[in-house]
Amino acid sequence: MKNVRLTYPYRHVGLDHDWFRHAPTHLRPPVSWPDNKPVALWITVPVEHFPLDAPSQPFRPLGSLPLGYPDLWNASSRDYGLRLGIYRLMNVLDRLDLRATAPINASIVNSYPRLVDEIAIRQWEFSAHGVDMGHLHHQSLERDVERKMIEEAQNTVSAAAGGPVQGWYSPDRSQSSRTFALLAELGFGYATDWANDDMPYEVTTPSGSLYAMPLTHEWSDRHLLVQHNLNVDEYTEQVWQAFTRLAEESAQHGCGRILSLSLTPWIFGYPHRIGGLERMLTRIVESGLTWNATGIEIVDAVRIQARSTFTTLPSPSTNTR
Amino acid sequence: MASAPGVATRYDYLPLIDRPRIRWPDNARVALWICPNIEFYELAPPDGQGRPIWPRPFPDTLSYSLRDYGNRAGIWRVMEACERFGLRCSVSLNAAMCDHMPEIVDTCVGMGWELLSHGIYNTRLIYGLSETEIREMILDSTATIRRHSGKNVDGFLAPAISSTETFLDLLPECGIKYTIDVVPDDQPVPIKVRNGRLVAIPYSTEINDIRIMGMRGHRPDEWADMLKASFDQLYQEGEHNGMVMCVPLHPFVVGQPHRISAFHDVLRHITSHEDVWFATAGEIADWYLKHYYDAAAQYRVSEKAVRP
Repeated sequence: MKNVRLTYPYRHVGLDHDWFRHAPTHLRPPVSWPDNKPVALWITVPVEHFPLDAPSQPFRPLGSLPLGYPDLWNASSRDYGLRLGIYRLMNVLDRLDLRATAPINASIVNSYPRLVDEIAIRQWEFSAHGVDMGHLHHQSLERDVERKMIEEAQNTVSAAAGGPVQGWYSPDRSQSSRTFALLAELGFGYATDWANDDMPYEVTTPSGSLYAMPLTHEWSDRHLLVQHNLNVDEYTEQVWQAFTRLAEESAQHGCGRILSLSLTPWIFGYPHRIGGLERMLTRIVESGLTWNATGIEIVDAVRIQARSTFTTLPSPSTNTR
Repeated sequence: MASAPGVATRYDYLPLIDRPRIRWPDNARVALWICPNIEFYELAPPDGQGRPIWPRPFPDTLSYSLRDYGNRAGIWRVMEACERFGLRCSVSLNAAMCDHMPEIVDTCVGMGWELLSHGIYNTRLIYGLSETEIREMILDSTATIRRHSGKNVDGFLAPAISSTETFLDLLPECGIKYTIDVVPDDQPVPIKVRNGRLVAIPYSTEINDIRIMGMRGHRPDEWADMLKASFDQLYQEGEHNGMVMCVPLHPFVVGQPHRISAFHDVLRHITSHEDVWFATAGEIADWYLKHYYDAAAQYRVSEKAVRP
């Protein structure tokens, strides 16, 4: 029999799976934002709980507790984000009149009612962020078990939000091959786990479709400040580069773009970082180039425009070069 | 299916925007304390502590000597800097330093520094120890430090920030008033324990020299900028509610000749401000226990938001 390493069953035009089509960003139908703003400013503030007894499998998510049980030191450092960090972020966003999307772990909702209400009163968007950072999604989960995890998060956060949540963010973007289908089945409008585009794209599953939203990984605080150990000035310089480039491309292609920011309370909420963030956000807002929107507001804008134009999307066989 | 709240069972949720106002002496905005960790790492610590102590097999000459540098050269530079700016420290002290290098401990005492217990050796983790064993270690450490300094020991930090489920409960029983093993805040936090009162004093772990320069590879000037930015933010917030800033130090990191001037920069920046209470951790704990502990422990946070 031929060595499997020399057989290539999915070697054809397009992707090696059928979850969505390969569709280059610049070849897709253009979208525009309200007031013809070139860049949608989409801010995500994940509200996360790291349990002391989280398993080390299937992998340790960013922010998981690195020391032996019980790692009080790091658990309380994460909790700092919920006691102080998120309020410093709120203070900055309030001053600039900005709203955010708050993916929130289900296990936080009932333990931190005040925090939940502070999010609600600002009319931020609630989205479901799994059970907690100790409950990752992975291929070995039984379909029913994963469905229950998603449902628990959906129901808990929807109750807090006072209506069904539309957005999903898996803990540290973990998915199984069934996650998209389960999300569609349960009525989610979008998920933010994939890092492969600058713009939303449609994911079709046997249970229906939803959008993949481009939550930044590469210029997130998680990646630049924690994984790459940059300081805030280096972070803000890279975000500014992203922002100006996206604004230029918007003009060039006649298509709205998205500046996604991921501002994590246990990362950005510390006093040595918050001042630099405020200076950067002020500069971005004062450029006058942005439409501040939540995840679902962006998805809704795209959805309405796609209804008239989506059929013009090139098919997989015609979009090679 | 939602899991337990974890560490938050040790304290109540007090959000930054809804908590009793703290006023420090003379209405200072920030209570600032400096925490050099003066540690003794054994060349041949016992095996079987849950994780290896040294990255290399015995004898790990590089890691051992790097830490010993702090006790031969680094600490004296830290002392000189603090003396120049007229500041006292609260030393997180491995009590065995009193036995191995009493001249360092004596100098700290002579400078009016506070000594808090950091266990016996930094190479003796407490994972898996019984309560009786942990109590013995704590009492050994406080008795040793008291014998050398003539002063009671008020604070505790477990060696190498190891822990058990119940060691915090043992601290007040051993005469300890404050811990820096729990770091959820920039203000003191009442810690729930079986008996007595215990308060967590903020330790500013995110701007620790070992974390920023030792592990993350930041330049000394970047570390100094982080501390200055941190101070500026807390000084601003402290106008409305007194905050705490800690400057955590490891003499083997910050006491290197290419880094020590960054520490001078930080002290120059902070001492150029008026409304700072230069305190020891013990003084902060005493002030808080006397004036605010009960109010905070009894405070009920509103579940409803206040319109921003």
